[in-house]
Amino acid sequence: MGAYAYLAPSNVSEALAALQREADAGNRTQMLAGGTDVLVQMRSVDRGERTFVDVKHVEEANHLDIGDDEIFIGAAIASAILFENEELKGILPGLLESSDLIGSTQIQGRATIGGNLCNSSPAGDTIPALIACGAICVIASPGGNREVAVEDFVTGVGTNVLSATEFLIGFRVPRPQGKSSSAYLRFIPRTEMDIAVAGAGVALTLDDSGTCTAAKVSIGAVAPTALVVPDAAAALVGSKVDDAALAAAADACSVAASPITDKRGTVEYRRKVVGVLCKRAAGIARDRAAAL
Amino acid sequence: MAEAVDLKAIGTRPIRPDGIDKVTGRAAFGADLNLPGMLYGKVLRSPHAHARIKSVDLSCALEADGVLAAISGADLPNESPSDLAKNVLARDKVLYHGHAVAAVAAKTLAQADAAIDLIDVEYEVLPPVLSIDEAIADGATLVNESQHTNGDTSKPASNVAATTMFERGDVDAGFAEADVIVESEHRVPTAHQGYIEPHACTATANEDGKSTVWCCTQGHFEVRSLTAQVLGEPVGNIKVIPSEIGGGFGGKTIIYLEPLAVKMSQISGRPVKMMMSREEVFRATGPTSATWCKVKVGAKNDGTITAATAWLAYEAGAFPGAPVGPGCMSVLAPYDLANFRIEGNDILVNKPKVCAYRAPGAPQSMHAMECAIDELARKLEMDPIDLRMKNAAGEGTQAPYGPTFPPVGLKECLEAARKHPNWTSPVPEGAGRGLAVGFWFNIGMQSSAEVRIAEDGMVTVMEGNPDIGGSRAGMALMAAETLGVPYEQIKAHVGDTEATGFCNVTGGSRTTFATGMAVIQACEDIIAQCKQRAALTWDLDEDQVDWVDGEAVPKPGVNADVKPLSLGDIARGAGRTGGPLLGRASLNAQGAGASFSVNLMDAKVDKETGKVDVLSFTAIQDAGRAIHPSYVEGQMQGGAAQGIGWALNEEYIYDAEGVMENAGFLDYRVPVASDLPMIDTEIIEVPNPSHPYGVRGVGETPIVAPLAAASNAVRDQLGFRIDDLPLSPPRVLEAIDAQG
Repeated sequence: MGAYAYLAPSNVSEALAALQREADAGNRTQMLAGGTDVLVQMRSVDRGERTFVDVKHVEEANHLDIGDDEIFIGAAIASAILFENEELKGILPGLLESSDLIGSTQIQGRATIGGNLCNSSPAGDTIPALIACGAICVIASPGGNREVAVEDFVTGVGTNVLSATEFLIGFRVPRPQGKSSSAYLRFIPRTEMDIAVAGAGVALTLDDSGTCTAAKVSIGAVAPTALVVPDAAAALVGSKVDDAALAAAADACSVAASPITDKRGTVEYRRKVVGVLCKRAAGIARDRAAAL
Repeated sequence: MAEAVDLKAIGTRPIRPDGIDKVTGRAAFGADLNLPGMLYGKVLRSPHAHARIKSVDLSCALEADGVLAAISGADLPNESPSDLAKNVLARDKVLYHGHAVAAVAAKTLAQADAAIDLIDVEYEVLPPVLSIDEAIADGATLVNESQHTNGDTSKPASNVAATTMFERGDVDAGFAEADVIVESEHRVPTAHQGYIEPHACTATANEDGKSTVWCCTQGHFEVRSLTAQVLGEPVGNIKVIPSEIGGGFGGKTIIYLEPLAVKMSQISGRPVKMMMSREEVFRATGPTSATWCKVKVGAKNDGTITAATAWLAYEAGAFPGAPVGPGCMSVLAPYDLANFRIEGNDILVNKPKVCAYRAPGAPQSMHAMECAIDELARKLEMDPIDLRMKNAAGEGTQAPYGPTFPPVGLKECLEAARKHPNWTSPVPEGAGRGLAVGFWFNIGMQSSAEVRIAEDGMVTVMEGNPDIGGSRAGMALMAAETLGVPYEQIKAHVGDTEATGFCNVTGGSRTTFATGMAVIQACEDIIAQCKQRAALTWDLDEDQVDWVDGEAVPKPGVNADVKPLSLGDIARGAGRTGGPLLGRASLNAQGAGASFSVNLMDAKVDKETGKVDVLSFTAIQDAGRAIHPSYVEGQMQGGAAQGIGWALNEEYIYDAEGVMENAGFLDYRVPVASDLPMIDTEIIEVPNPSHPYGVRGVGETPIVAPLAAASNAVRDQLGFRIDDLPLSPPRVLEAIDAQG
């Protein structure tokens, strides 16, 4: 292992200044949230010297604001804290169940949605769920905050749009209106403590007759980055989210997927299962919306 | 011997003596020892599955910061090194990806890590042999050019290191008599024991040539002899102190790091600590064999099995020694058969040398046969318990491997299964139910024990078997029962190689049976001494004194006006009656009773994802006599968990070059707690006549039956059979899709 430095700025401006100072000194920096990915990587695959900048103490990254039109979720809030928030669970069930899937109870006390996105794994569970609910990343940048839709944030396996002097503060999520709800499902061979072989997040809105008026579908672990599947959404919109519509959405996901064969699953298996997950998640989202 | 009259301690469930240290984190495991001036050792491992080593240059590593020792195979004795020695450190060839090639010791772990990268090894890469099919194909690359089958040099060299055969009766005539015949083949993947604690040791060598090794092991006496063997030193040069052990399951009956640590301590004059990472454990320590089993079984319409055959091929890894012999012994052991033929093949491949894993070899072969028996029951339209009962081995049955069974508990387990709610209740909607039989023969071997009585009557039991599954508690219970004193009065202690008499490894489910018997005999020695001391005190003859409930008393009818003397009374006065009380026994235990089991499993396959959920699982097993029932149940549950994991998800995944792709617990999927239902247990007690309290080993049988129980449950639901394991979601979904 190399030499490590650790900084714990208390607000965005301190954090930006720290990142700039380290960059100017030619030091590698890495943002640290829960550390549930970073610390593991530091002890195994990536032992190089660097300065850790801990976002857990950055005030703005710990805000949670549930407004009438919009919700702000700080990037540093632990999954366990979010999941205990019954109001938020009612509003964004898909996102919260995706973060609740990651790691054990102990890990969830540290793990964050922001960290899961910034780790930018193809299999990150919160990413399709964030995309489905239309989340926008709020990024602290030297020139002021900038915003990027979650589907545009991850650029490849383990890479994203953040520069060395930027970091993720949190997410703006439009508050679902009317009979709108969401769901996220992943497939793992175990019941927990595993990484998605495939995942699907679905958000949808029903009118009073139960007809779907809007939908967004995103799938994970079946391409280098989470994908938006407009064809799957189109299959749901205008339907009662019945079996035929669900089957069409499933097929759209299977077609859109471009998975690889690896130790976690084959191409054929992942294509098939991502469709099954979309179908089931859409059914759950429909039932949740109808119950509102 | 086996009549249990009014047992007081045996069968109770007291707290284990090592429990508090373990739950508080105070217990010291293999990596917990630190010594002043200690160095850290690291191993350089082969990047190739099969290659010739052309040269190893340690010079740059030796010059690196903090490095005080570096060794390669050339630094160990090289006069016809044993397979073990070549596995510990490769000589002319590397035989699997991860094979140890060199080692360094440095002042810090980081320095050792860095120095490893400075070792220059030149390889001539050879094609790897990665499966049984490849290994036995005509013109196969040879893992070892001088390996001839069964040592027969009149035949060409072969990857088939050895063959075995058990045969009785006339198989062809038996099949000709059959009304129904089932034939199938089954593959089971490589599985690792998955012990939580990676291998670790610390060694320090003195200037007088003596060395001390601290390590986590199932058998420190074997570590002593094997380390001495690899280093070419007398056994007496090496002392081994066992730490607490975080699981072994057979995988810690062998050595990997110890000779390297001793050697580098000898070179550097400093203590050397070595610890494997989880990845090293997967890549370089012995898992159990991947197997290919072909079985055939025929029966008359009334269910009488007329003949059975099994052809078993087991991957040994890089050196001979797959557990195919035990696989052959076990495959038909549950059945009383006139005609059978069992062939075993020990196959070399370029993978880690396999090591013992809980009932080594039995789960794979019995998976195949218990699947076939299940199909036979279906073809005969016969209840699978009735079919097994009709053919079940019992007292007087000659086992396929030769001996005649004394009383064994298979029929009792089958009867218990028949009455169990997991069998009598309706199968849950849409699910399947599977049943299978398990077996392990168990072993005896050598053990020693001493029993020491302190001046207040406290009893120290000293023996030499590392405590993996609660054996200290078991020893204390047997001592309490024999001496007639409370469990709390006993301290059971695992001594190092110089503190206690020789004990073979904690393995083969032998400890409670064999070492327990030594403890009982050592306690009987104490009782004899106490009677003698009491006789002396009372001026009676020895045969006028009895030992009743922990006290010396005059025998009925002996006219003596004396108060009974407790163990404490006698110990307090021991100085006046001949000195301290010290009992001892050593033995080579015979008659380890075989343990049969029956497992029941309800499972439900998600037909859209191929995932198998275990809804219920019941393990029924003959323990002979459960000394500490909680730890017997723990063995049954633990073995079931491992067997279910192997059946459903565990497997080594290799790439085309022989590199394991899932060398970690994320992708080598042992079950997590939430994957399993509460595993129900039912202990059957058919006492083993060869043990004073009737004990049979119970540790290994539990892993055997779950494999076929799972296969049979999935078969029951789906209506067709998936022959191979694991029943992982991709395999199950592919099979469902193939059915259309």
